[in-house]
Amino acid sequence: MARIELQNITKTFGHHTALADLNLDVADGEFFVLLGPTGAGKTTTLRLIAGLEKPTAGNIRINGIDVNDWGPAERDTALVLQQYSLYPRLTVRENLAFPLKAKIRNTPPAEVEKRIDYAARTLRIGHLLDRKTDRLSGGEMQRVSIGRAIVREPQVFLMDEPLSNLDAKLREAMRSELKDLQRRLGATFIFVTHDQVEAMTMGDRMAVLNNGRIIQVGRPHEVYNNPRDTFVASFVGSPAINLLNGHLAANRAVVKPQSFELPISGAPASDGPMTFGVRPEDIQLASGAPVEARIHDIENHGIEKIVTLRVGSDLLRAAVPARLEVKVEDPVRFGWDPEKVMLFDAQTGLNLRHKAA
Amino acid sequence: MAAVTSRGQRFGRPVAILAILAVTLIFLSPILWIGATAFKPRAVATSVPPTVFFEPEVTPFVKLLTKRVQLKQPVAPEVYEAAPWWEKLVYDGGERVLKVGDEPQLSQYPNRFLNSLIVSIVSTVLAVSMGTITAYGFSRFKIKGEQDLLFFILSTRMLPPVVVAIPMFLMYRQFDLTDSHVGLIILYTAFNLSFSVWLMKGFIDEIPKEYEEAALVDGYTRMQAFFKIVLPEAATGIAATAVFCFITAWNEYAFALIMTNRRAQTAPPFIPSQIGSGLPEWTVIAAGTVLFLLPVAIFTFLLRNHLLRGVTFGAIRK
Ligand SMILES: Nc1ncnc2c1ncn2[C@@H]1O[C@H](COP(=O)(O)OP(=O)(O)OP(=O)(O)O)[C@@H](O)[C@H]1O
Ligand SMILES: [Mg+2]
Repeated sequence: MARIELQNITKTFGHHTALADLNLDVADGEFFVLLGPTGAGKTTTLRLIAGLEKPTAGNIRINGIDVNDWGPAERDTALVLQQYSLYPRLTVRENLAFPLKAKIRNTPPAEVEKRIDYAARTLRIGHLLDRKTDRLSGGEMQRVSIGRAIVREPQVFLMDEPLSNLDAKLREAMRSELKDLQRRLGATFIFVTHDQVEAMTMGDRMAVLNNGRIIQVGRPHEVYNNPRDTFVASFVGSPAINLLNGHLAANRAVVKPQSFELPISGAPASDGPMTFGVRPEDIQLASGAPVEARIHDIENHGIEKIVTLRVGSDLLRAAVPARLEVKVEDPVRFGWDPEKVMLFDAQTGLNLRHKAA
Repeated sequence: MAAVTSRGQRFGRPVAILAILAVTLIFLSPILWIGATAFKPRAVATSVPPTVFFEPEVTPFVKLLTKRVQLKQPVAPEVYEAAPWWEKLVYDGGERVLKVGDEPQLSQYPNRFLNSLIVSIVSTVLAVSMGTITAYGFSRFKIKGEQDLLFFILSTRMLPPVVVAIPMFLMYRQFDLTDSHVGLIILYTAFNLSFSVWLMKGFIDEIPKEYEEAALVDGYTRMQAFFKIVLPEAATGIAATAVFCFITAWNEYAFALIMTNRRAQTAPPFIPSQIGSGLPEWTVIAAGTVLFLLPVAIFTFLLRNHLLRGVTFGAIRK
């Protein structure tokens, strides 16, 4: 159905560069996630693909065809916006029918009914159909706007944080439903979020954006295990990765200022100052472990506990089983998995052992 | 807001209502006065001190709408008896209605009133529709020198219009636009346009552009999106703007006086022109004024829901 390519896309607003030399290739039928902090350029990217903005430089291709001169109507994308996504004054049903009634589609009434019915069932909004949209809750609005995209059966779904207003439970349910929907329709999804859990759980592939640049593209677990730099490492993963400053000395990581030393495996890429990255689940507490620390803080997450360890002036977070009994200020001993420690250049933040995918 | 009733509000309310009543009365008193005068017998209208209680009559309205002359001698009783009620009222005042054959002759008032309606309605429709489209353009598209252009549009309001009356008059005479409906319509449209653009821009700026963008992505053209999405959302603003434009055009006096004298003359210069000849018939003038007030009152009343929201529109958010 649709492959989306962005080639050397630059977009500036006045003197502000929103996107800088962006390259993306989203395969047909792929669930592609754009992840990044606020202001990274995620919405701008979607608007460019939808045809609501023109790139300052570069090409956008849909199915190999250059669509730079196409208007939004011709591109046949469905856009679920972050906000103001529903037409006011119309009922939910009229909102769902609106795209189908466009002259270019001219759907027969029976077909309109069928598709509304399908969308309403899928999204469980059947009971809302005759309500005015301004009376809906934020979550209901988002479901209706997803519904308005579904009825279109477009080539591409562009979704701009469509789950951000939902409560945790509905959000979880909608995640798997959207994923399911995408598989059933076989459609290409480009899904924007700044929630890394959404990115990890939903994406076939993901791109991490920052300041209008793509930092890394890859499968979620690749990005998680093999981040390109400290930005990606700390943005992806919750609780966040531990980043520690120090230097290498003969296969050992020396964490400054003189807090502790631990082994790391594999040939060190270089000597000198660097940043070590270790994920909370790669730190183990054990009585015979090499380093002594104190418990600084405990967060109980149900299936696990996140404990913050204090070593000198450094704080580290570790994921431990929930049944482990610890109290704040207890002395404990910890070690880490030498295989899993990441090395970053102290200056540039680049992953020294990053393998280009 | 109304749900929260503090002690101060409970005592304050009757006081506030009284104050509002008093102010309303003060503001309405000229209208009440002119309204009363329109129904007074001629002798009562100018009595000093003014009469508050009187038997209302519609004679002033009959006189307003008909062409009359003084009776040279009393009317014959059989003619009087045969006359319809309104004609009797004229005979009672020592006048008779002019007729061509059996057709009573209308005064100039209905014609002037009609002129006012035509000029005001057409110029309002033009000013509001042009203003809305222009405002939409300014609101949604990047326009080179947008600020300067908007200021230029506003600047047309910065000097009192009468200042340009004479050059305008000379120009109009050159183009043969004096005493024509088209001439007045152009003039009033131009007066109101800058106001309409600015007001509508405020309203359209408040409509999230995401609505139209969603429609564009959904397969509508910009034009369709404008009519289907923007216009209904802007209805409040359009109503408010239309009322203001209509009132301005309806009440305009100075240019109407200079530019028109007969064919296209509107009511505002016409009504006072009736004072000039002989003893002013105050009741008839009052009747003319009362009728003149009606369209604005009706128009405003019809659009009152929109107006209330429209007038408070910007105020709430800023
Ligand atoms: N129309 C515009 N005019 C000027 N600057 C803009 C415009 N649209 C976006 N920007 C700027 O471009 C940058 C990227 O914006 P964008 O909306 O794409 O961010 P985002 O990644 O979607 O952020 P968020 O997570 O907050 O939605 C921001 O710095 C923003 O201020
Ligand atoms: Mg955004």
